[in-house]
Amino acid sequence: MAPVAAPDMIIPGIEDVVADSQRRDTSPTGQHPMVLNMGPQHPSTHGVLRLVLEIDGEAIVSLAPDIGYLHTGIEKTCEAKFYQQVVPLTDRIDYLCPMTNNLAYCLAVEKLLALEIPERAQVLRVLLNELTRIQSHLVWLGTHAMDIGALTVFLYCFREREELLRIFEAVSGQRMMTSYFRIGGVSLEPPLGFADAVQKFLNSFPEKIDQYENLLTGNPIWIGRIKNVGFLSAEDAIALGVTGPPARASGIDWDLRRDMPYSGYENYEFNVPVSTDGDVWARYIVRVQEMRESVKICQQALDRYLSFPTSARLVADAPKIILPNREQMKTQMESLIHHFKIVTEGFAVPAGEVYLAVESPRGEMGYYVVSDGTAKPYRVHMRNPSFATLQALEKMCKGRLLADVVAVIGSIDIVLGEIDR
Amino acid sequence: VGGTPNPLPVPNPGPTAQAPGAHSGPEPGPDPLRERPNPTGPLFGKEDVFAALPENSAVKALAPLAIDAKWDRQELTITVAKDSIVAACEASNSAGFTFFEDLTAVDWYPQEPRIQLSYHLLSMSLKQRVRVTVRLDSADLSISTITPVWPAANFYEREVFDLFGVNFLGHPRLTRIMMPDNWDGHPLRKDYPVEGYR
Repeated sequence: MAPVAAPDMIIPGIEDVVADSQRRDTSPTGQHPMVLNMGPQHPSTHGVLRLVLEIDGEAIVSLAPDIGYLHTGIEKTCEAKFYQQVVPLTDRIDYLCPMTNNLAYCLAVEKLLALEIPERAQVLRVLLNELTRIQSHLVWLGTHAMDIGALTVFLYCFREREELLRIFEAVSGQRMMTSYFRIGGVSLEPPLGFADAVQKFLNSFPEKIDQYENLLTGNPIWIGRIKNVGFLSAEDAIALGVTGPPARASGIDWDLRRDMPYSGYENYEFNVPVSTDGDVWARYIVRVQEMRESVKICQQALDRYLSFPTSARLVADAPKIILPNREQMKTQMESLIHHFKIVTEGFAVPAGEVYLAVESPRGEMGYYVVSDGTAKPYRVHMRNPSFATLQALEKMCKGRLLADVVAVIGSIDIVLGEIDR
Repeated sequence: VGGTPNPLPVPNPGPTAQAPGAHSGPEPGPDPLRERPNPTGPLFGKEDVFAALPENSAVKALAPLAIDAKWDRQELTITVAKDSIVAACEASNSAGFTFFEDLTAVDWYPQEPRIQLSYHLLSMSLKQRVRVTVRLDSADLSISTITPVWPAANFYEREVFDLFGVNFLGHPRLTRIMMPDNWDGHPLRKDYPVEGYR
């Protein structure tokens, strides 16, 4: 039996909001409805999101998002690059979880190439991916709390985020746009002291989560601002394509790491936090629990990583796809030829199409890569979680107060870079 | 140096693949596909694919509507006619593929039919995906909207309309979503100029 969309499930466009407000002479309360423009430079929109709201007093009658301000044509740019040159572009899509994007793209191309990745590289990828998730959730928690007026939490969260960014910098040379994963493995051996730095972070971080919770979870202002606000039912979440923490906060027990595992996630023990409340509060609780679960995965991944000998490979054994190291390149003729060919003409990828999705901090991040057998992707499409989640914004805000919009936007944790691409 | 392209690696069947006909032992998880192992190599043409995957829910639901099918890299693709896309989505929805993941297009210019629409549908209960594709001729780039089945398709259809110029009939409000409203052309088409003045 196919569910049929109720009339109010149609997501209005900006023109609808404006036209509706003009059609209505008076609102139910006897006042004239008003159209309010919010953004694109509003601090609570975490980027450049413009919202057109029809309000009756302080209540939201309808709402339409206007996106595209950050559209840079990344999908088009990908078609003009070699496969390996697309990796740095994927960082720029969702700048809060660059490693997750790198991973999703690399996995998709590896699936096209049918490449086997060494286990040590897979473990390192999982470890960095979960650190990225914690880092992204820290930015979410800090900015979400700051939007609602709890400035202290922001400073606490960014203190820990700084530690993580230092680790990323040590590993890849970059704090945010890491581009660390490569098709076939990772780009570099992690530096000395990497494991110690991660272990130090993992030892201290659960206590830091307690600090955030001390500041927020029992705080009556925080509870008053987010409890029973921005409700989204499980049916609506599925109908509107919502994934990730917002879907799990609405009672959808679905996590790609557990249910459709990739990169060896089936070998890790972790729980998937789910709530059935469906409000901003539930999304807050789910994400905070996710950070604790990520620490557990990181610890398992780090232990496993340290159990490999340091001589174990971090890239697949495919010299025509993966650049040789500098030493080989300068001493061996074969390696020099491979290096030259990869850099100048790339590597051909067998024709075909794959869709590969990973669980990003915001939900299902899918890469659809179509190859025509040449060294450049014929088409790369990113299925971004924020793009779909934004469609549910109207559902969550309708009938609520204007101030709740800020809380709801914070709770769905959108990144405009990945919406507009 | 140069000239011939790199020889391609031999496709690897992947960790889950087994020889057709062999029985895998009892495995955890409710995935009915596990009972009968998936075929390893690529299969093209609907007869071959449907014969190899008789118990697949998507195959069962979409077999009457399919005009072509493909099993490649452990992913199932079913092509349907343009007129039956809404019926195909409803059939998939009833068969358990209740989650609309993604819709995008691929421009095969200058081949005809030119635009390929790829709908990715997910079944959370079966832990499977299916890709439903439609090929559109450049003479008539229009297709019915699927927003009555999944409201989530709204933004995706607007994006494909904006960047590829496909007209989704019956869409609640088909306007540009990424590019400015007064933009000329559809940037993700292959014949769209990427540099210089037009």
